Amino acid sequence: MTDTAAPKTTVSLTVDGRSVEATPGDLLITACERSGSFVPHFCYHPRMSPVGMCRQCIVEVEGPRGKSLVVSCMTPVADGQVVSTTSEPAKRAQEGVLELLLANHPLDCPVCDKGGECPLQDQAFSHGPGESRYVEEKRHYEKPIPISDLVFLDRERCILCDRCTRFAGEVAGDPLISFTSRGNNTQVMTFPDEPFSSYFSGNTVQICPVGALTSSAYRFKARPWDLEQVESTCTTCSVGCRTVVQSSRDELVRYQGVDVESVNWGWLCDRGRFNFESVNSRNRVHSPLMRKDGTLVETTWSTALDAAGRILRTVLNDKGPDAVSIIGGARGTNEDAFAWAQLADSLGVTARDAQLGDGLPAEVFALPQATIAEACASPTVILLAPDLKEELPVLYLRLRDAAEKRTTRIIEVSPRATGLSRYAWKSVRHDPGDQPRVVSELLSDRDVVDQLSRGNVTVVMGRGNLAESPEFTLLATGAVLAAVPTARVLPVVRRGNVRGAVTAGMTPQRPDADTNAILSSIAAGKVECLVLVGADPLSDVPDADLVRRAFASVKHVIAVDTFVTESVRHAEVVLPASAYGEKVGTTTNCEGRVSDVAQKITTAGTARPDWMIAAELALELGVDLGISSYPELRDTMTSSIAAFAPAADAKAVRGEGVLMAQSAPIRITATPRSAAPRLTHQFRLHVSRVMYDRAVATNESPSLAPLAREAAVHMNSGDAQRLGVRDGASVRLSSNGSAVVLPLAIDDAVARGVVSVPFNQHGSDIRQLIRHDVAVTDVVVEVI
Amino acid sequence: MSRLSEERVATAKEIIGRFPRRKSALIPLLHLAQEQDGYVAQDAMVHIAELLDLAPAEVYGTASFYEMFKFHPVGKYCINICTNISCQLVGAWNLLHHAEERLGIKSGGTTQDGLFTIEDVECIAACTEAPALQVNYRYRYKVTPESFDALINDLESGKLTGEVPPHGTLASVRQTTTAAWSNRGVEEQAQVDAR
Ligand code: SF4
Ligand code: SF4
Ligand code: FES
Ligand code: FES
Repeated sequence: MTDTAAPKTTVSLTVDGRSVEATPGDLLITACERSGSFVPHFCYHPRMSPVGMCRQCIVEVEGPRGKSLVVSCMTPVADGQVVSTTSEPAKRAQEGVLELLLANHPLDCPVCDKGGECPLQDQAFSHGPGESRYVEEKRHYEKPIPISDLVFLDRERCILCDRCTRFAGEVAGDPLISFTSRGNNTQVMTFPDEPFSSYFSGNTVQICPVGALTSSAYRFKARPWDLEQVESTCTTCSVGCRTVVQSSRDELVRYQGVDVESVNWGWLCDRGRFNFESVNSRNRVHSPLMRKDGTLVETTWSTALDAAGRILRTVLNDKGPDAVSIIGGARGTNEDAFAWAQLADSLGVTARDAQLGDGLPAEVFALPQATIAEACASPTVILLAPDLKEELPVLYLRLRDAAEKRTTRIIEVSPRATGLSRYAWKSVRHDPGDQPRVVSELLSDRDVVDQLSRGNVTVVMGRGNLAESPEFTLLATGAVLAAVPTARVLPVVRRGNVRGAVTAGMTPQRPDADTNAILSSIAAGKVECLVLVGADPLSDVPDADLVRRAFASVKHVIAVDTFVTESVRHAEVVLPASAYGEKVGTTTNCEGRVSDVAQKITTAGTARPDWMIAAELALELGVDLGISSYPELRDTMTSSIAAFAPAADAKAVRGEGVLMAQSAPIRITATPRSAAPRLTHQFRLHVSRVMYDRAVATNESPSLAPLAREAAVHMNSGDAQRLGVRDGASVRLSSNGSAVVLPLAIDDAVARGVVSVPFNQHGSDIRQLIRHDVAVTDVVVEVI
Repeated sequence: MSRLSEERVATAKEIIGRFPRRKSALIPLLHLAQEQDGYVAQDAMVHIAELLDLAPAEVYGTASFYEMFKFHPVGKYCINICTNISCQLVGAWNLLHHAEERLGIKSGGTTQDGLFTIEDVECIAACTEAPALQVNYRYRYKVTPESFDALINDLESGKLTGEVPPHGTLASVRQTTTAAWSNRGVEEQAQVDAR
């Protein structure tokens, strides 16, 4: 061979007599599996780097120097290898390793959660020696011990495969567990007094190849052979992770991640994994409710629909369609939102909005779009977004991975450090309202210009600050798109199906009809009937004062929901809705990917899916939406909304799902400008969401509810020093004529001059200071 | 239970500066902590994690591999009595039991005055001089119950203060290198990253 020969792009080898092609650098174990030969293994995981911990994957390879036994998860493929996974020496080696792995294993399968789906159990049968020569006493540990609020560890069962610890460090970036006392007593352990409180801890339970890690939510709930399962999509946030929903005795018991290349790679966040508990909650609305003498009492569907119909008819007849508004749609499926939009269309109701005053203008979906995979493959990602680790956790994992692999450089512009800051190439702090200026300045920085010229640029943009108008991020995005015309946008809306609901028509049909405008019209007495479709404005809309005024003056509220929330309490009629896992449909994630959600259990009580409620309410009002079954609804939707056309085929929305059709992208034309600078004695307010808050799905999940924390005012230590205030002291924040008192938390993640308060935590409600018509919120901080 | 003193932080930073990757300085820093308190305190591990940009669990995971790092307070003098085969054949158990009686503690324990800890250990590579022990890793050969008592007396009376410094003490002569020397062969972070 000469030096000039092009490197070979494939190699061919023989596995158990079959020949396989592989790419140089592939691991032998993947080539074997691809050829159809299963190689027993425990530590190898396709989404993590191989470590050769368990030695179970031994195969026999014949190379130029004769036959030898190798661990196939650590051996790269080579041209001409002749591999046997079942030769006598290979089998003996596999049996030997299994015998050793079982030497200290307690074999308490009958009382182990994993029994029945356990790789160790299965492979002991398929590749084990059948008998053990060990008669000695096994190693004993106290079992099980909690290593976090959600995860228990049984060290006797652990086979030290390094999957959990590798996941924590390599994938989640939370190396809170580690092998300790390495040697004869190696064990997985946390640092004393520092629990494994990773947002992704549930994944370790899923990938543990034995029953050493169990979750508090699933422990002793079911046996694998009692489980029924169906593939679905998580709708908790807009990442849209692929899951499998499992039930036993018609009750949801577990979600597991499914590996799809384009989205979640098999991972889930703990909020998405464990909030199924809320579906089983006893507090669900099981039957329709109607207000009687000031309280909500149970009634029948016909009475409730009749009452809701009467209210709507009266308001429509007396005041016209502009006196009715609909808020909601993002918690349901695309089809739910579509049916409600159809109903609204037929009644002439134009004021409807699936975003609760905390979203992005719908036009961002019309900018040139990037997918999650495209974002992660871009040499440059510009983050003008909320803390993705808190809000779109699995997107955080994907971007973190891209940054760690050094294929992507992240430029972050945010008022406070986020989970991704430590992986960012540049992380710049700014005052809320000043993002457009800071971004423009960055765009003329020599290093940045150089970086931007290195290939695709993706702007990950979202609502980073609920106490600030979204226009600034929009303008900042516009500045990037103007400077880099090929740049594309990944809009990170928060709620599960905002994008689908907006596309399906649950979006204002005239100017000034979004959630804030609707609430203002109600407060002004112009709207008399508010229909809530899975929406809780009293808890979710940032401008608390506006919602309070609206709810004080609204005449009629009709609510479709799974729980009696703050807002639903004000309703005259409550129609119980089916929850996730109780209905079929499709959902759309932040990148516009449509995938299916499946029904696994019978719905709670007499609840019905949102779309069915829309259709029946329409009939009450003398309108036939022409929807009598789910398939019919889907056909209507995919044929009447062009964006959903690719989702028409039921097969297309399974697995990876399918991207919506994109129309010609629009451009942002407004010129960037920033808010006026703040006065020096004031602070600019930053309010953003954290993973665990008082949202109903978290609050109604016993495993997650205790994880929501007390609200606090986060302030840079320099500012705290200047004010002479200590950590934990009470401070009063005042602005716009309102004030809240909260404890202070010194936190150098926050920029100087900014105070940051998490949204919807226990304690005083920061929303009292937020006004939707004020571009930025400046607050006075007093020590009390 | 304490974090590293200011003086030790300065030393720590100098040590960190010698490595292309911060976390390579982990073991030297653990020694600094053990020198300060006689053992590696929990707060010290947290402090080291901060200095090296690691999680405390990673520090603990590495540290707990090493028998010679202690995670609980030990005596000023830590006496390791070898009970492996060569020593055992010539009376190591006898010696250990004598030591336990003399000091009124079991192997692994520490005397109430905080002066002595005894441990039974595996071969310390002094088989030709069995039975052997170490006091703060200084050897004593062909130890008899009588010579053990004499050793304890000498340690108590301060006669050996110069020879046997308190547990955790590092070499008193620090290696000093000029900046130019200490960076020889060290790659820039960017070079490391590029690989
Ligand atoms: S706990 Fe499970 S995943 Fe972690 S090392 Fe042990 S066997 Fe592996
Ligand atoms: S990241 Fe979002 S979609 Fe994925 S599991 Fe978590 S909540 Fe669900
Ligand atoms: S799977 Fe290869 S060594 Fe564990
Ligand atoms: S056996 Fe005691 S020193 Fe080797």
